[in-house]
Amino acid sequence: MEAMTLLTWGFDGLLGLALLWLAWLALSCEDLFRAIVLFVVFGLLMALAWVRLDAPDVALAEAAIGAGLTGALLLAGLAKLGVDDTDEKERPENRSVQWLPMVALLPVAVGLGYTIFSLPTNAPGLSAAVTANLEASGVSNPVTAVLLNFRGYDTLLEMVVLLLALLGVWSLGGTALRREAVAGPVLDTLTRLLIPVLILVSAYLLWVGAHAPGGAFQAGSVLAAAGVLGLLTGWRPRSTLTALPLRLVLIIGPAAFIIMALFTLLIEGQLMKFPPGKAGVLILILEAGATLSIGATLAALFLGEHPQNKARK
Amino acid sequence: MTTIDYLSAALLIAGATFFLAGTLGLLRFPDVYTRLHALTKADNLGLGLTVMGLALQAESWAAAGKLLLIWLLVLLAGASIAHLIASGALQRGIRLWKR
Amino acid sequence: MSTVYLYALVGVGLFCLGLYALIVHSHLLRKILAINVMGSGVFLVLVALAKRTGDMPPDPVPHAMVITGIVVAISATALALTLMLRVHEETGRAELADEDRG
Repeated sequence: MEAMTLLTWGFDGLLGLALLWLAWLALSCEDLFRAIVLFVVFGLLMALAWVRLDAPDVALAEAAIGAGLTGALLLAGLAKLGVDDTDEKERPENRSVQWLPMVALLPVAVGLGYTIFSLPTNAPGLSAAVTANLEASGVSNPVTAVLLNFRGYDTLLEMVVLLLALLGVWSLGGTALRREAVAGPVLDTLTRLLIPVLILVSAYLLWVGAHAPGGAFQAGSVLAAAGVLGLLTGWRPRSTLTALPLRLVLIIGPAAFIIMALFTLLIEGQLMKFPPGKAGVLILILEAGATLSIGATLAALFLGEHPQNKARK
Repeated sequence: MTTIDYLSAALLIAGATFFLAGTLGLLRFPDVYTRLHALTKADNLGLGLTVMGLALQAESWAAAGKLLLIWLLVLLAGASIAHLIASGALQRGIRLWKR
Repeated sequence: MSTVYLYALVGVGLFCLGLYALIVHSHLLRKILAINVMGSGVFLVLVALAKRTGDMPPDPVPHAMVITGIVVAISATALALTLMLRVHEETGRAELADEDRG
């Protein structure tokens, strides 16, 4: 088996080196567009690293959100910044000013590395507790069980964080996504073909998250990708849809969590404690609401401005 | 390793070779249009071979069907994106490379 | 000793690279990229350390935390980009003003 371990070590070592090198290139590149593209590639290699570390749920989330949606957001931000704002590469005149952070960070890196090596090599953590209670949680995917049942409170707070970010963007009166001329037939047809497929894949990911890698966050990000594709084609929802229905869809995720939390507090006496028989159904309801909210919130974050923004024009 | 495993390995290596060829084209070709040509053609075929190699290892027909669906979606998206990049480059006035 | 420590060290390297770029660059978009790289480094350390379970499957609690972290990172990035665009509108450049230069 020596050749196999040598191969895996070689592959992991190459992947680690590629990650570090890509990060360095992306952060030190002159052209900002190139830097963002390198960052997207970095995100995809990170997804590969998650697969190597036996974390397929994280790999799905990283590929969809970390590489795809973040790259789209950054590119949209760069486009809104305007082409004439090229990055003036102002290197500080004093060369030692640049060496100082490097010298100061070296002990930080060494200290962190030493801390990692001094941790115990075999630390099961909470995996035994999760495996013991997995049947009672209503799902068979341990990550979904942790996210939606054992640590459901964290997910509740996270839904609220997403909503707060959108409220922040809206209250700053974000810049509009520049609307190009009418989209050509290729982009239009591609969007018409892909959006139903994306909605189907999102529903599948939501359903399969109970017993295989998947879940609400991955499904929500695929839904957001469908929204981003539509926005890029130049489609904008009708103004009747963006008044109340949009707000309802944005609220449905956090509201479902908060209502469930209140119910469990009143009935079972403990926050987010599901009755063992119905836990599976309740988790599915929570995940469905979360998927819709995450999709709508991320797509609205990509648009950047309030859909009914008239005041700043 | 059974015959299926050897066949899978051969298909995966062939797919990787096509990806290598596409990347070589990306690095060596003179302008945007020729690079797009090399990338989309070689990468689509490389992905098809990779998907075939993986489908042989799939545990059910449903899983193999999903792998095939991935290849079809990448085919669709790749061709459309190549068209969009090329027409965008034409709009910006990037001229075709003539020897 | 396994690939766990390799990935954890890569995570530490990414965190320090991101921190260095955050300190050195003045353009706000580069700072946002640097923060994202730092976040990826931290996630890598978390998930790598979750794999120290021997023969059992890895610990799912850090996985859940990292998924939460990825979603929070993108919402923070979106808000940071909007702030950057507002700074650009108000001052004309997407960089933080340096006190030494005029």
